[in-house]
Amino acid sequence: MTAGPVTEPALELIDVDVTYRVRGRERQVLRGVSLTVERGRSYGLVGESGCGKSTAALAIVQYLPRNGRVRTGEIRIAGRDVVSLSRPELRHLRANDVSMVYQNPGSSLNPSIRVGKQVAEVFTVRGVAKAEALDLAKSALAKVQIADPGSVMQRFAHQLSGGMQQRVVIAMALAKDPALLILDEPTTGLDATVEAEVLDLISALQAEFQTAVMFISHNLGVIAKMCERVGVLYAGRLVEEGAVESVLHDPRHPYTVGLLRCVPRGGARKDHGRLDTIPGFLPNLGEDVPGCVFADRCALAQEICTAEEPPLHELGGGHASRCHFHEQAQALPRAGAANLALPPVERANEPLLRFDDLGKVFRQHGHDINALVGVSAAIWPGEALGLVGESGSGKTTLARTLLGIVGPTSGEVTLNGKPLEGHLGRRSRDEIRALQIVFQNPDSALNRRHSVRRILRRALKKLSGLTGAAAEPRMLELMHSVRLAERYVSAKPGQLSGGLKQRLAIARAFAGEPLVVVCDEPTSALDVSVQAAILNLLVELQAERRVAYLFISHDLGVVHYISDRIAVLYLGRLMELASAAVVFDGPHHPYTEALLSAVLTVDGGGRDRIKLAGEIPSAANPPSGCVFHTRCHRKIGEVCEIEEPPLVEVEGGHLMRCHIPIDELRALQAKPAATASA
Amino acid sequence: MSAATAPVQLSESKLARRETWGQLGRSKTFVVGAVVVGFWIFWAIAGSHLTPQDPLALGTHILVRPGGAHWLGTDSLGRDVLSRVLAGATGVMKIAPLATLLGVAGGTVVGLVTGYFRGLVDEALGRLIDALLALPLIVIAVTALVALGASNGTLIVVIGVVFTPLVARTVRAAVLAERDLDYVSAARLRGERAPYILFAEMLPNVMGPIIVEATVRLGYAIFAVAGLTFLGFGIQPPSPDWSLQISQNYALLSGGSYWWTVLFPGLAIATLVVGVNLIADGLTQVLER
Repeated sequence: MTAGPVTEPALELIDVDVTYRVRGRERQVLRGVSLTVERGRSYGLVGESGCGKSTAALAIVQYLPRNGRVRTGEIRIAGRDVVSLSRPELRHLRANDVSMVYQNPGSSLNPSIRVGKQVAEVFTVRGVAKAEALDLAKSALAKVQIADPGSVMQRFAHQLSGGMQQRVVIAMALAKDPALLILDEPTTGLDATVEAEVLDLISALQAEFQTAVMFISHNLGVIAKMCERVGVLYAGRLVEEGAVESVLHDPRHPYTVGLLRCVPRGGARKDHGRLDTIPGFLPNLGEDVPGCVFADRCALAQEICTAEEPPLHELGGGHASRCHFHEQAQALPRAGAANLALPPVERANEPLLRFDDLGKVFRQHGHDINALVGVSAAIWPGEALGLVGESGSGKTTLARTLLGIVGPTSGEVTLNGKPLEGHLGRRSRDEIRALQIVFQNPDSALNRRHSVRRILRRALKKLSGLTGAAAEPRMLELMHSVRLAERYVSAKPGQLSGGLKQRLAIARAFAGEPLVVVCDEPTSALDVSVQAAILNLLVELQAERRVAYLFISHDLGVVHYISDRIAVLYLGRLMELASAAVVFDGPHHPYTEALLSAVLTVDGGGRDRIKLAGEIPSAANPPSGCVFHTRCHRKIGEVCEIEEPPLVEVEGGHLMRCHIPIDELRALQAKPAATASA
Repeated sequence: MSAATAPVQLSESKLARRETWGQLGRSKTFVVGAVVVGFWIFWAIAGSHLTPQDPLALGTHILVRPGGAHWLGTDSLGRDVLSRVLAGATGVMKIAPLATLLGVAGGTVVGLVTGYFRGLVDEALGRLIDALLALPLIVIAVTALVALGASNGTLIVVIGVVFTPLVARTVRAAVLAERDLDYVSAARLRGERAPYILFAEMLPNVMGPIIVEATVRLGYAIFAVAGLTFLGFGIQPPSPDWSLQISQNYALLSGGSYWWTVLFPGLAIATLVVGVNLIADGLTQVLER
């Protein structure tokens, strides 16, 4: 390697300022960031979106956009300052010493070049002959535990699953045995089960190659699992740094404290209390902040905080915090909403929404794809039914079928005992207003050319029949109930932050007094502090209006927090349905068990993860018998392959689709179940 | 709560609009195009009122070389070429934009409908468009004009109709990307009918490509009007139209003499078309990033 003496750290940032030039003004994005990643060590960088995490990564590899530059400071990779490198030197550096893995593996791979050739390029660019490069590529793919590298090499990127693509990218990144590997949210787009596998792989490879890793994530759980040291970035400033255990368990900066508190974990539930939030907003890009960057959102802030930039206080053991009041940080007052009394759900009466034996078949390229197979469940007024499963399990199809966006192939949906037409166009206005949705991505769900007023007034007109002067007070009332300030009334979605956009989308869904609101991953595009505020809002609205939710999420902590009952889907089939407590405490269906074990929490680590073999099979060609048998760690034998187990009530209100008797499952799962209690 | 303290910048949308104009102002392509087209728009409106001489007035000095009293010379009937070139913008600058407008309006409707509904309508119209595109524009136009009789009105309709499928294609492609966005589902989920979804929800979001397409089409429309006029199917004499000037005088070119009677109206057409295309390029860079 080209690096200096071995004693040099793999990466060193010394007082780095990065600015972007926007509309003729230099805006500071990183403010005096200093950090060190020792050789063979892993360093995690956390913070919410807009904090400068990705900018830091791009600055390290000198790949900032054209309007960005490192204004001051030094960035040293293996002892060499990269800021002053010439183009050929940079090329050499990127080819040999540093690798980067991005969030979306699909866009990191070239769609028109076969995987094998792409991986081989890593070697040919360094002067290896073609045939030899292909051999090296094959062994690189084998290293990332790709079972059949020969056949994967012949394929194109789009023919691989997301997890497989990310393995290929990691294989390419590690192929050159870099001094430094930068991973920018490498598992954010993946399912929890796949995420856990990829993270295991990265850990194993890091141990083997002794590569230094810079791990960028918004997910504290991932950082806790993967890193030895962690730096917390806020508004471009490193506010706290230290060993992972001490930062996560003994945080000394109010921002870190807030960040740790707003994630629902440890079995937090909506009827126990509101989630903490971090009030306020990130300073605008490049805003000049004279004092502490976090001061205007900090409940501990005093005069000195807005006047004077706090120094980096050394707390011993390599733990440092940039806070004037670091010894009081954990006494940060809670910023949650008041607790609410949620009346219990009455299940004696007729359910509000019931779906029986719902099936949906899509035809694609001449194949029938069974997206939903005989799904039955019911939702009562004021209840939240959680829906979990990996991507491709049919969660969104179920939601869309209930709403009538797509018609079911078989089965029936009834609302208050009255059958609903399958297609939206044939439903009455009252039926349409009764079922509404909050989409995952507010950017896509809100028309970017319409103002807040237009969006809400139109919804009021169509759903409540309110027009003219009568609609205005109702619109303001709606905005008030989702905490969207009145002055946004003429703003367009592009001028709102992600959290405000989602509030607007929620307001729109509530314009017609809906009975059931489908929430399709409503917080997965949001930062954790915003997520907490949105979840609080949804719970408040539920307490006020007795609305029922069908809550879809891949984040089990979130589902646990908000749901009364939880349904687990796998390949379009209902595998388990029970109260949230039963689903989390067990005995669980083996699939649920595996999903739960893949959850990464800040305080986790003790629980053994159940490795699911392979990935979710294609719905076009589902396995025989129990559809889960191909991946099941508790498979009992041939019966699982031949006979599909029925969905039966194994105990009061607990439905499960498994050949293993419930008591046997209880005995098998006795140990892990103990950790999951509130 | 948290939302109340957000810094809002209500001028942000104005800023964004100003930035679009600013980017256009900084684009040399766009500015040059705008100056050239602006010049011709001025003369199309001013017409014969401001020309140095009456463009239709016959004179005794025929086929005078450029220079002296007639900067660009005179034609075979003694008319001042400079005045005729300046006044010649009027006809084409009226017909081409109207034809473009018709084509863009028709194409937008067809594109929105086919892109949104897909299915059989889309298939059928798609094939029809392919069939139309296979025929040379000029052949369709000439046939239609012969059948309907040449007049400014028919010219506008014929060019507009021929452009409709071309514009529809562009709009359809933009609509295909929009229709999968959730705001369309959200509109359906409050019981909106298709016309509202198409024109109030989706249309504003596909305006960028439509504006660019309209400018490109305008360039072609000018070409089409000029070509058809030259062939005798477009603007009729005694208008001082550029193509008419060329068709009336091109016979004089043989032997290499009297070039000014043809060159200057030809240059006028060229500058206008190039100017429009420069604007289209500038818009593409800014609007379609």
